[in-house]
Amino acid sequence: MSSGSALARNPLESARLGNEVRLSVEQVSYAHSANPAQAPLFTLEATSFQARPGEIVAILGPNASGKSTLLKLISGALAPLSGRILLNGFVTHSLSPRTRAQRIAVVQQESILLFPARAWEFVLQGRHSHGRSLRFETPDDIAIAKNALVQVGAADLSDRWMDQISGGEKQRVILARALAQQPLLLLLDEPTLHLDIAAQIGLLDALRRLAAENRYTVVVVTHELNLAAEYADQVVLMQRGRCLRVGPPASIYQRELLEQVFQTPLTVEFGSNGRPRVTVLSGTQ
Amino acid sequence: MKPLTLRRLLLQCSILCVILFLVVVVALKFGAVPVSLYALGRDLLRVLFGQSSQISSDYGLIIVNIRLPRILLGMIVGASLSVAGTSFQALLRNPLADPYVLGVSSGASLGAILALIVEPHLSLSPLFAALLTPLGAFLGATATIAAVYFLGRREGQIDSTTLLLGGVITGSFLSAIILFLMSTLTGSLRGLSFWMMGELSTPLQKSVYWFLGVGFLLAAGAIYTTASDLNLLLAGEQEAMHLGVDVPRVRLVVYIAASFLTGLAVSVSGAVGYVGLIVPHVMRFIFGSDHRTLLPTAAIGGAIAVIMADTLARTVVAPTEVPVGAVTAVIGAPLFIYLLRRRLA
Repeated sequence: MSSGSALARNPLESARLGNEVRLSVEQVSYAHSANPAQAPLFTLEATSFQARPGEIVAILGPNASGKSTLLKLISGALAPLSGRILLNGFVTHSLSPRTRAQRIAVVQQESILLFPARAWEFVLQGRHSHGRSLRFETPDDIAIAKNALVQVGAADLSDRWMDQISGGEKQRVILARALAQQPLLLLLDEPTLHLDIAAQIGLLDALRRLAAENRYTVVVVTHELNLAAEYADQVVLMQRGRCLRVGPPASIYQRELLEQVFQTPLTVEFGSNGRPRVTVLSGTQ
Repeated sequence: MKPLTLRRLLLQCSILCVILFLVVVVALKFGAVPVSLYALGRDLLRVLFGQSSQISSDYGLIIVNIRLPRILLGMIVGASLSVAGTSFQALLRNPLADPYVLGVSSGASLGAILALIVEPHLSLSPLFAALLTPLGAFLGATATIAAVYFLGRREGQIDSTTLLLGGVITGSFLSAIILFLMSTLTGSLRGLSFWMMGELSTPLQKSVYWFLGVGFLLAAGAIYTTASDLNLLLAGEQEAMHLGVDVPRVRLVVYIAASFLTGLAVSVSGAVGYVGLIVPHVMRFIFGSDHRTLLPTAAIGGAIAVIMADTLARTVVAPTEVPVGAVTAVIGAPLFIYLLRRRLA
């Protein structure tokens, strides 16, 4: 078993974890309505899945399938209508924001800054939950932040301004900030959305390596069929607020199922590594 | 990488304190009656050593009894407005937020005027009667920022243009009510230009200075405990929460403390505008946007700015005085337009 820094922090926690379940989503449902008197605008039906340390779970589905809502529920930002979400046995929604930030890091689609900041300042924000609110960064914090930048291959960006680097570089720095939180669980919402293909592959390779080395449990929301197939250990397939299937990509990627979920004709082939590959067919073929 | 250290913070603050001291000396020296630096030093030392009674010259009395209290008042007003502006900018995620622009100062003015109207009808002890005006100003400021906050929200998000427009219109509405009140009532109320533009010329009782000083330190201290939370709030409430900020608590503490600071300043100087806008921008430009540096440097910078503006107000058309708020507005309003245009570009 790896002795990743995230686990070494608490000996009790690390002893209890081997390859046991770290994240457990149990029959979670949710309803969103603008007005409590009216019928909900969006519902998420009972969803369950589990994830272990070092595992990458992809929540896959078309737009408005409830992927991001599920991620918000896991992050503890929303409270489920029924069911519960446990991280190492603790209900994520009931943790204080500080404790939650020490265990769960969230990488969102877009990070907008009001005033300019340098990359290292941005990464140091990840250390906020580990200190009292009025204190100066310790040498430990600085070492952890530097290491986080190295881990995502962005050490050379340290002194650059956040609004003067490319989208791919920015995503790496945002990921580095999440790593600086030293979380048990890493949540990413469409991390590859605005990236070119090389940056997408670079980011996901880094993510796979980090999940293996540091034993993070990673949950990624995406609508990119092939990226999920290539990088996920488990896929949670969603459609219109319902969780259709949970399992390894090879068992989920069936042509009829995906055609029905994504409303488009496609073919599924299996590569030499046993992972499926999807080709979307244009309407005329 | 060079993270903030206590040493660097203290160094930055002490440089500003030296500038503040020089500005105070200049402000003491200049005015309708010129005073030599030698006389100034001699009289100030006497005050420091508790020998105020030995000051006999007219110059000394002007310095100690007229200029010094006014400078102290300017320091507290400037620091309060500047810290309030910095806080509103961070909480509302709007670099153009300022107590005056958002109408909060007008709300505080109205609250203070209402308190002054009500006060004679209540039989309060003199101490409570003196505190009624700042209390009214505080309540007026709190109610206004709450109203503007909800006006500026669209679909759960703060829309910065709606927020600014809402603030400006709220301010003009409240000013209209102040005008109504002032034209129907006469008596112990201070003049219209005091409440609408701000002045530092009204002398105060000694105990009020203590109240102002302690009130400022408590409120600014409360805001400072959230300094690194405010840094994270710049990226949005959702993201700040994910990084471990207790957003509702920080929001409550900072709104109340910043409204209190605005009320404090307005109750003794009227609605001095744009200080909370200009000073944080200048300090951010020099020292960066980390609130652990920004809040204390903005406080000292605000003191410097208001003393400088008031010295100008006293001397520019001496012996007549201009309201200090007119000076800050003449400088601040064009800067506001510049910042607005640059942000839209």
